[in-house]
Amino acid sequence: MHLAYPAVLSALLFCTGLYGVLARRNAILVLMSVELMLNAVNLNLVAFDVWLSRAAKDTLHSGQALTLFTIAIAAAEIGIGLAIVLAVHRNRGTADIDKLRDTAEGPETEGPGTPAAEKAEATA
Amino acid sequence: MTAAAATAAVAAAGPHGFLSPTGVEIAFLLVGLVTLGAALVTVTTRQLVHAALWLVVALGGLAVEYLLLTAEFIAWVQVLIYVGSVVVLLLFGLMLTRAPIGRSPDADSGNRWAALAVAVAAAVALVWVVVDAFRTTWIDLDGPAAGSTAVTGASLFRHWVLPFEALSVLLLAALVGAIVLSRKAKADAAPAVPGKEGAR
Repeated sequence: MHLAYPAVLSALLFCTGLYGVLARRNAILVLMSVELMLNAVNLNLVAFDVWLSRAAKDTLHSGQALTLFTIAIAAAEIGIGLAIVLAVHRNRGTADIDKLRDTAEGPETEGPGTPAAEKAEATA
Repeated sequence: MTAAAATAAVAAAGPHGFLSPTGVEIAFLLVGLVTLGAALVTVTTRQLVHAALWLVVALGGLAVEYLLLTAEFIAWVQVLIYVGSVVVLLLFGLMLTRAPIGRSPDADSGNRWAALAVAVAAAVALVWVVVDAFRTTWIDLDGPAAGSTAVTGASLFRHWVLPFEALSVLLLAALVGAIVLSRKAKADAAPAVPGKEGAR
């Protein structure tokens, strides 16, 4: 198999995830796009491992080991990320990352998230 | 030495060509098109639950690609962890944040066209570099599988034991961290906690 097939597919998947991370507004959709980017990296690692295990007589199989580690770290990342998103949703009432502008500098000194946070605290 | 071996392998691979793709290449291309299409729908659809379900198609297609690259163990790990647990976690997250069922008009942010420009520029640059670099490189898929469970397990527990154990500590820390983060701080909200931790 030509090595360009998996390499090009992984590059295109990575850029698809990049678009999703930059363009999405819901935090969970951003996490999905991050998963797509991680999977593109995994495909690259597997393809180059299969190539190097024959072409360079590599017996370490570093690509596949690193793929397993990436999958485990991605699972941990999605758990922590969803816990953070749920905590933010509980405190602010929204998972919309465009509205979380408390640390942004700008003309408006009062962030739009602050009254919602106080309201959520009051009703909790 | 590795470069010499690589050139020897390329020379031994012999009469390959773009115009005569093998069956594995055609299968890889077709599954890759399905995977890329599902990924594109995932990042562009306006229905949030449909995005998660299209993500299942994309990740399952990637598992098939791993099988075509003779990495069997990675393929089944992909099916188990991504399709089995990560997407379920994402669906639970969508439900718990009360994501709207149906079309939500504000799924995309206002900087969509800037994001599209960045992504297209990155795609063009990456594809150009990758194709230019690996134009004459071929993967030899014949012979024993490079990623069978025996091979992967031997290399993992012979050369990668220490990172493997460190990873288990990291997973434990992530588990504890997720539980701590998803607990409510006040004691009066106790009845809601077991349902959420059961979902996790």
